[in-house]
Amino acid sequence: MPNYVELTYGQVALAALLIVVNGAVSIMLQLKMERLLAIAALRTIVQLLLVGWVLEWVFGLEAWYVVMALACLMTAIAGATAVRRNEHRYPGIWINTLISVWVSSWFVTGYVLLAVLQEIQHWYQPQYAIPLLGMVLGNTLNGISIGLSTLTESLVTRRREVETWLSLGGTRWEAARRPIQHAVRTGMIPIINSMMVVGVVSLPGMMTGQLVSGMSPIEAVKYQIVIMFMVASATALGTVGVVLLAFLRLFSADHQFLASRIRRLADTRATPHN
Amino acid sequence: MLEGVDIGRKDGQRWLLRHVHVRVSPGDRVALVGPTGSGKTLLLRALAMLDRLDEGTVRWKGKDVHGDAVPLFRSRCVYLHQQPALLEGTVEENWRAVYQLAVHRQRRYDRTRMLQWLNLLSRDASFLIKRLNTLSGGEQQITALLRAIQIDPEVLLLDEPTSALDPQATRDVELLVQRWIEEAPAERALVWVTHDARQAQRVADRTLRMKEGQLVEETDAELR
Repeated sequence: MPNYVELTYGQVALAALLIVVNGAVSIMLQLKMERLLAIAALRTIVQLLLVGWVLEWVFGLEAWYVVMALACLMTAIAGATAVRRNEHRYPGIWINTLISVWVSSWFVTGYVLLAVLQEIQHWYQPQYAIPLLGMVLGNTLNGISIGLSTLTESLVTRRREVETWLSLGGTRWEAARRPIQHAVRTGMIPIINSMMVVGVVSLPGMMTGQLVSGMSPIEAVKYQIVIMFMVASATALGTVGVVLLAFLRLFSADHQFLASRIRRLADTRATPHN
Repeated sequence: MLEGVDIGRKDGQRWLLRHVHVRVSPGDRVALVGPTGSGKTLLLRALAMLDRLDEGTVRWKGKDVHGDAVPLFRSRCVYLHQQPALLEGTVEENWRAVYQLAVHRQRRYDRTRMLQWLNLLSRDASFLIKRLNTLSGGEQQITALLRAIQIDPEVLLLDEPTSALDPQATRDVELLVQRWIEEAPAERALVWVTHDARQAQRVADRTLRMKEGQLVEETDAELR
């Protein structure tokens, strides 16, 4: 017997009525957002129900290969999203980003499943593996994509500076050091900011869920602390990874900056290069 | 000492540079002329190994330059951009910053020497503390040139260093380079890209002409 109120679909529908507020605002101020609102509302319902059904099925099976398959799919989608947010492309950006997202999120989630949560039955117990990986992916995505786009952006805008260091005898590392530092720092700022204000300004979604489902606040907080550190370290790993892999693609072993490999998204459909 | 052997670069299917042979010997003062888009800058960048070549090699003192030998080579053979990239801060900070590079760790920043150079251009120590955003185009070019000269390169590869400068600033830059060569005429050399035939006469003994990615003609000043 669960110690929380189980919602009927009728009750959910009552909550969904709240969207009327948005509709009213849109009509009153003539924002013409009604159509957008309707689509957004519908997507929320359909996407979440689909995820619910899939998870229900996965949780029921408790088979390691199903959990792995779902985890792979989630990771791949996260990697692709990180690339899509960048307005620059270079050859290898997809594989590099995927590797960074994959290694960072799986390493950290694996560590928590195997070393931290010692009492779970199997490492692949979906109740733990899937939400933890999901939290890590959802939150590291930001840092990784920000780090990557900051790097490409600053290499493009500071190209002459980078080449000046090379011209004066700098190694590729010395020439790219500032853009690299800038990119990694920028990528890590969001998670550091959220570590600063967590619990004070915002109650994280996962913690809210656990509180509603009847977990004692202290227990929920412990989980949240674990999550915050997972996200922080995965963000650091992923951002450093994606930035260094990009560096290796964009600077040759002869200490040349291969600036022509970076293309703005609008130009990538033009002639292939190098 | 610096040699480009059969240099070729292409963009897609189109050759931007093809079958270019250049040899720069100690004491050489070479002007590189030709219409816009003929590949002058690309050739200069190729000689500094700043771009990946599709054909040919760059040789320094008889040896191909590759991998971790490249930074040392570039410190001996310095390429200067048409528009210099300077760091935020003062002129002197820009000069000092060079010594952070591993290749220059043995050297030490020498203010006295820099003041001597400035003196030549009728500028004094107040120039050292000028900030980047207060420098004129000519002063920026001088700052960049002295930043390169202070590390005692053997070859300067100058990419239209005076194209955006007024006549006075142009003379300053030419004078500076002239004096740099005269310090050790038997050991130093330069390649100077220019649009201006008269400047080519002033700064060089030898003129190379480029057309559509190829070297088409070579004139010795003595023969003119």
